[in-house]
Amino acid sequence: MTITLNSKIPAGSINDKWNTYKEDAKLVAPGNKRKFKVIVVGSGLAGASAAATMAELGYQVDVFTFHDSPRRAHSIAAQGGINAAKNYQGDGDSVHRLFYDTIKGGDFRSREANVHRLAEVSVNIIDQMVAQGVPFAREYGGMLDNRSFGGAQVSRTFYARGQTGQQLLLGAYQQLARQIGLGNVRMFNRTELVDVVTIEGRCAGIVTRDLVNGEVVSHSAHAVVMATGGYGNVFYLSTNAMACNVTAAWRAHRKGAAFANPCYTQIHPTCIPQSDPTQSKLTLMSESLRNDGRVWVPQNPDETRSASQVPEAERDYILERLYPSYGNLAPRDISSRAAKRSVDSGRGVGPLKNGVYLDFSDAINRLGKDVVEERYGNLFQMYERIAGENPYDMPMRIYPATHYTMGGLWVDYELMTNIPGLYAAGEANFSDHGANRLGASALMQGLADGYFVLPYTIGNYLAPMLNKPIPGTDHPAFKEAEMAAQTRYQGYVDIKGTRSPDYFHREVGRIIWDYCGMERTQQGLEKALSELPALYEEFQKDLRVTGDAESMNQTLEKAGRVDDFFQLGMLMCRDALERDESCGGHFRAEYQTEEGEAMRDDEKFAHVAAWEWTGDPTKSIRHKEELNFEAIHLATRSYK
Amino acid sequence: MSNHLKNLKLKIWRQSGPTDKGHFEDHIMPEISDEASFLEMLDVLNEGLIGENKLPVVFDHDCREGICGTCSLMINGQAHGPERSTATCQLHMRKFKSGDEIVIEPWRASAFPIIKDLMVDRSAFDRIIESGGFISANTGGAPDANLIPIPKSVADAAMDSAQCIGCGACVAACPNGAANLFTAAKIAHLNLLPQGQAERFKRTEAMVETMDEYFGSCTNHGECEAACPKEISIDVIALMNKDYRKSKFKNRKEISRS
Ligand SMILES: Cc1cc2nc3c(=O)[nH]c(=O)nc-3n(C[C@H](O)[C@H](O)[C@H](O)COP(=O)(O)OP(=O)(O)OC[C@H]3O[C@@H](n4cnc5c(N)ncnc54)[C@H](O)[C@@H]3O)c2cc1C
Ligand code: SF4
Ligand code: FES
Repeated sequence: MTITLNSKIPAGSINDKWNTYKEDAKLVAPGNKRKFKVIVVGSGLAGASAAATMAELGYQVDVFTFHDSPRRAHSIAAQGGINAAKNYQGDGDSVHRLFYDTIKGGDFRSREANVHRLAEVSVNIIDQMVAQGVPFAREYGGMLDNRSFGGAQVSRTFYARGQTGQQLLLGAYQQLARQIGLGNVRMFNRTELVDVVTIEGRCAGIVTRDLVNGEVVSHSAHAVVMATGGYGNVFYLSTNAMACNVTAAWRAHRKGAAFANPCYTQIHPTCIPQSDPTQSKLTLMSESLRNDGRVWVPQNPDETRSASQVPEAERDYILERLYPSYGNLAPRDISSRAAKRSVDSGRGVGPLKNGVYLDFSDAINRLGKDVVEERYGNLFQMYERIAGENPYDMPMRIYPATHYTMGGLWVDYELMTNIPGLYAAGEANFSDHGANRLGASALMQGLADGYFVLPYTIGNYLAPMLNKPIPGTDHPAFKEAEMAAQTRYQGYVDIKGTRSPDYFHREVGRIIWDYCGMERTQQGLEKALSELPALYEEFQKDLRVTGDAESMNQTLEKAGRVDDFFQLGMLMCRDALERDESCGGHFRAEYQTEEGEAMRDDEKFAHVAAWEWTGDPTKSIRHKEELNFEAIHLATRSYK
Repeated sequence: MSNHLKNLKLKIWRQSGPTDKGHFEDHIMPEISDEASFLEMLDVLNEGLIGENKLPVVFDHDCREGICGTCSLMINGQAHGPERSTATCQLHMRKFKSGDEIVIEPWRASAFPIIKDLMVDRSAFDRIIESGGFISANTGGAPDANLIPIPKSVADAAMDSAQCIGCGACVAACPNGAANLFTAAKIAHLNLLPQGQAERFKRTEAMVETMDEYFGSCTNHGECEAACPKEISIDVIALMNKDYRKSKFKNRKEISRS
């Protein structure tokens, strides 16, 4: 099979494309919607909002999650906020400006038409969430409050204390729960997608594994939506929840869905540095803290005094010095590299000298402790619990960590992968953030996809299928996929080697972080590509999973996920190696300006790399979708 | 900077499935950094068990940031352990000392059947939300978000209740296995907001009655509040009770009118 990438961007000016699309899209009449079954995998912001909305419209919807409840999806952990071009602050925001900021923030590696649509529907999201009872922060007059996030010079971020993701997800979950209660959605908890089934070129359904009893079951549908989140856990240590993984997207990829830009991963500048080798994950400190915190390191690498004892003149406020117009709010990739360079130059702070300061003393003096507590109280508490230090008295110590993955399943304007009937939404697709995502834009994208895009685009695909039979789960393709899944999971148990899945996960993570992390080089990537297959072979021979495949077995779940991380890791390194330029989160040390800024090569690389699976993870085929910039001129990103 | 704890005696509940009787199993943790989190200590134990070809201890967890509500351990008889307003995953070993005996059990409540070892089934919580824990506002057609100003104090009070992470510690801590704090937190969140008024009494009645179907009754012990990692105040229960009484009255009137 060979892949065709048709982005299906509607004709017309950028401002009209989405309206034109909606006017031209085929519709399914209300009474006919219940004749269609749609499967939604994932119940995060993207999945829950899509499922609830499609059920409201009348489709029969089945939702799957490996969590014990849809409310636990990783979206719950987002802290900082959600962007929308409401211009409530009257500070010059507009749809065009949000569109422009997102394209620029993504270092001109995203598709204009999708991003513009995202900016357009952003305003509806806030209306919808308020109507559902999301308790966003308010000003004293009762109006919605906003804050600023990196990469923007306006205040367009809506927030609910430091728990914006939680409140938005609970909003979407409640809307989903209502549909479950009404009998319009069937919810499958603790059920993991283990394969995607295609019949005659169309997506026909999925195969799942019940995590409680190991049962492998097929489900057929007219269309399938993957809203399965990002793959940041390939690095082992990341800010993602423990169970986040790439299996769903990867299984779709293996069935023919192109995987786009896997090397575009985001490192978040403000996480709590690692403190000890048993550490299982890294904790993010919301970027919103950079509104009031100042990033600095001592000028002297041998500084031994505590932070407050270091006089102003001997501090280097790195971001304010390097990027005066954005200062501490420079975009994530830029801020992360500045921190890495400070630490690499020996000026890191903390017992392991592996962090930089994020200092609130000025803000506390200027605004008073109460205001700072009001804004960030729960984040400060969280920091103290983990680091054992009180940020009101001493500056936080922070360091970059893997946080978000811009790459993902390739989708067209309708959010459909190159497999007809298979859609991808939220972090699982590659669509809107180019090579770098701006803060507070992932929540926006997840909800845009689920509430305001998919419910329109899916009808366009379903309408012509009305009253035509679809293959049932007795079709041999389903039986084959079930067999393959059973064999795969039994296979892990049968290896009976000596090392746990966690051991291998840590090792893959180390290789990917060292060679395909914040800074990449040809040499390093080639090294990774020689080490990974060897380690993968060891995994296949020496894995140990105790217990069986017929009952709750968390080690077995992990084994399947680590297996897919191996294959993805190889593809990431290849993608990074082939992209001979630096852009956004992909920083190739060979391509930088004298000041150490990323150097793009628009001539050769203004395209999406979409990979086709061939059966061997080191031999995938690279396809291109050229990116055409009509509304925006390609420019070198500058935040100085 | 980091210190090490030595020789922890772990007593861990093992139960192979819902019908198994279950028993305590003893383990020694010879050494662990005080920077490690409680769950990281269990990770280390599990790696060791796999190393010995044994079955690792099953427990629920995910975000490890105190927000998803998945983690759920009874530690020395306290839901989420000894640190106030802290979920299990945010508890660090610096709260313990060398030689301590630590008893680790699952949530114990009849509405939360044990799946395996320390993992329980909390789907009864979902049933409560499905019965009314929402505002019926279909996608599309919502008015501008600033159309209805909400006083900051009201938004803040709604947010205080909305912070519930659905962990179930309140139920586990309650001698009656009641879910009043969880249910009332959601009712308070929605009933305080102007957007939640239309369904206020219908919501309250449905949620309370679903809660009663699955969970025990509240006799005002207050253990729930003490165990809650999000410091949900027990005052929300009074609010729920008040709205429930009103709902009985109002809904009856509505029925007689229809
Ligand atoms: C700590 C943190 C803070 C963040 N803060 C912000 C912020 O302030 N603002 C912002 O805009 N963004 C933020 N982000 C990013 C944002 O939260 C995520 O990108 C977004 O929530 C992803 O939503 P989603 O619906 O795509 O996926 P998720 O919420 O990750 O949901 C994935 C769903 O898929 C299910 N799933 C996955 N695989 C399978 C499978 N094989 N079988 C069955 N089910 C499966 C899971 O169970 C889950 O229900 C943050 C991210 C992190 C890690
Ligand atoms: S009320 Fe508190 S203890 Fe109960 S489920 Fe919610 S967060 Fe957990
Ligand atoms: S693991 Fe998410 S709250 Fe503890």
